[in-house]
Amino acid sequence: MNIPLADIVTILPELIVIGMACLLLVLDPITPKSKKDLLAWASLGALAVCVIMILGSFGGRVMAFSDLVVVDGYASFWKLLLCLVSGMTILLSMTYLKEEHIDLAEFYGFILLALVGMMVMVSGADLLVIYLGIELMSITLYIMVGFKRFEARSIESSAKYFVLGAFSSGILLYGISLLFGVAGSTRLSEIASTMNDQSLSDPLVLISLMLIIVGFGFKVAAVPFHMWTPDVYQGAPTSVTAFMAVASKAASFAAFLRVLLEAFGGLKPNWTGMILVLCLLTVALGNLVAIVQTNVKRMLAYSSIAHAGYALIGLVVAGWIGTEAGVSARGVSSLMLYLAIYSFMTLGAFSMVAILRNGGLEGEELNDFTGLAKRHKGGAFLMMVFMVSLAGIPPTAGFIGKFYLFMAAVNAGLAWLAVIGLVFAAISAFYYLRVVMVMYMREPSSEQELTTRLALSPSVSVVLACAIAGVVLLGIFPGPLVSVADLSTLPVK
Amino acid sequence: MEVPISFYLVLSGLVFLIGLVGVLIRRNIIIILLSIELMLNATNINFVAFSSYLGNLSGQVFVFFALTVAAAEVAVGLAIIIALYRHSASINIDDFRMLKW
Amino acid sequence: MGSEAVPLNYIPVVIFMVIGALFGVGSLVVGLVLRPSRPYRAKLLPYESGSPLFMDARVQFPMRYYIIAMLFVIFDIEVVFLFPWAVVFKKLGLLGLIEMGLFLAILIVGFWYAWKKGALDWD
Repeated sequence: MNIPLADIVTILPELIVIGMACLLLVLDPITPKSKKDLLAWASLGALAVCVIMILGSFGGRVMAFSDLVVVDGYASFWKLLLCLVSGMTILLSMTYLKEEHIDLAEFYGFILLALVGMMVMVSGADLLVIYLGIELMSITLYIMVGFKRFEARSIESSAKYFVLGAFSSGILLYGISLLFGVAGSTRLSEIASTMNDQSLSDPLVLISLMLIIVGFGFKVAAVPFHMWTPDVYQGAPTSVTAFMAVASKAASFAAFLRVLLEAFGGLKPNWTGMILVLCLLTVALGNLVAIVQTNVKRMLAYSSIAHAGYALIGLVVAGWIGTEAGVSARGVSSLMLYLAIYSFMTLGAFSMVAILRNGGLEGEELNDFTGLAKRHKGGAFLMMVFMVSLAGIPPTAGFIGKFYLFMAAVNAGLAWLAVIGLVFAAISAFYYLRVVMVMYMREPSSEQELTTRLALSPSVSVVLACAIAGVVLLGIFPGPLVSVADLSTLPVK
Repeated sequence: MEVPISFYLVLSGLVFLIGLVGVLIRRNIIIILLSIELMLNATNINFVAFSSYLGNLSGQVFVFFALTVAAAEVAVGLAIIIALYRHSASINIDDFRMLKW
Repeated sequence: MGSEAVPLNYIPVVIFMVIGALFGVGSLVVGLVLRPSRPYRAKLLPYESGSPLFMDARVQFPMRYYIIAMLFVIFDIEVVFLFPWAVVFKKLGLLGLIEMGLFLAILIVGFWYAWKKGALDWD
């Protein structure tokens, strides 16, 4: 008997998180209502241990379980980001769930389970493992979206998410099955080694590549596979929306990049064009439709679609034919940098929406922000910084993210793509700054004056502080994060 | 003498297309769920066929996992549909217009 | 044997299907031709163990059934992993036993959760 100890140590962070999730499910039914916060703190503790372990093993490249799992810098970068975002979501939910009168501690268990799914996705080196990670994340998210089960809107969005999510997983899986037939394996490295010049025109390879891109397109909400996003983001509990907009998008992008670059690295001529079309459609439609939205959650949903479009620029650069390896790698690292920055600002914006929710006030219509500057100076200022950053205006982090992406595009000879990105970034300033205008230039109604009480609590303050620190500090000193992203970028062939 | 691989591919392709079209044109959410199951099962046909054709067992392993995941998905899906029915007494997706579809 | 494209091994199956279909259709047709047809009201009523009908058979089932059905789907499918494991049990040795123990322990967590949440109560 030989216990694969080395393999188990490699996935120890995942095991800790999943163990904690199981523990929460066991403890939740027998914990009295007043003690539920303890379970949230326990899950935060598990995340902290996890972060320390990932930091400890940062850098190297370890394969485990006969090449099913890979832990490299790329995986560690995403795992750190995902753990951080999950921790912030848990902190945010502790207050938000109380506002919504949900006292079920298994919510934290679900966050941890979704996190395990995402961590598995980003370090899967086999399509089977990546698929299992995607499904663990998606199935958990279907439940979390419908967590306000006494509210028809939440359940309805959950049903929509379920139908389209399961549909996209089916498409992705069919693509994987065809690829298995061609390559005889689902290992990314073995798929890459069976791809040759003939594969470029092999119909089976092409179909499977297309199906896989469509499947991941749904997960990252790229146009034209975005239709579920606004409805689901609007109907879900706000803290879940924040989690989905940030963590699930980041993890899907991470797995998408790894599959395209590691398995289909030899087929760049086949997929770069498709990704380019997706990218242009996503940037254009996300920004244009966001302009007409009056619900802030829905507006942020379209903004998250638009940001996915910007991030795809990085993937286009990484796949563009004839660029040097260094420039391609820069495409990947600027995508990583962009999504990390996007996480901070989006999480901050959704947190603001979440804390406006109290009592009868939904806090998600644009009108609910009217005159917020008069009612709550600090809150209005934070929201303004997040909006300015989302619009990509210096000196915030949003500018840095866009700057590195567009520079990568210019270096790859895609200056026109950078120009298109710039134009739409300018358009996006319109709807982001409208929120700021509403907060600062309009007078609150007398009724609003009376009802304003932000659902602030120490835990939410920590989330907002983290988000604002991320947005401001990364805007002024982007150096460290840029070099970390450069170090942990995926090797592009 | 055995059934050639292309037969299986055509079969699974047809089953997949039936599922795909079913999801897109049917309005009853339970039928949509069944159509999604058809898509997943088409995948399983592919995996088993390729696995036997290539003499590679990993395809069958994939089927085990796909089956389990599909079962979990169906259980969660049914739960959501029941919750939905409790709210609106309908399982026709055209009735769910509270959020712009 | 025959060419690659025509799977001859399956011909007995086809013959069997044809014979089966013929037998079924045939016996129905023969019955239709031979039997006398003299219907009256009591004869046309659905037969319910000799007692008269008192309500429509198409009633809504309680939600309970759906919850039990969902739990069944989940716990039933896990057997998929037990069968292949049992086949190679001796080769896997102690490690295999520990792994399956862990797998079942996770299932028991789910079972405990369902139990404590009251999904198994009938009242």
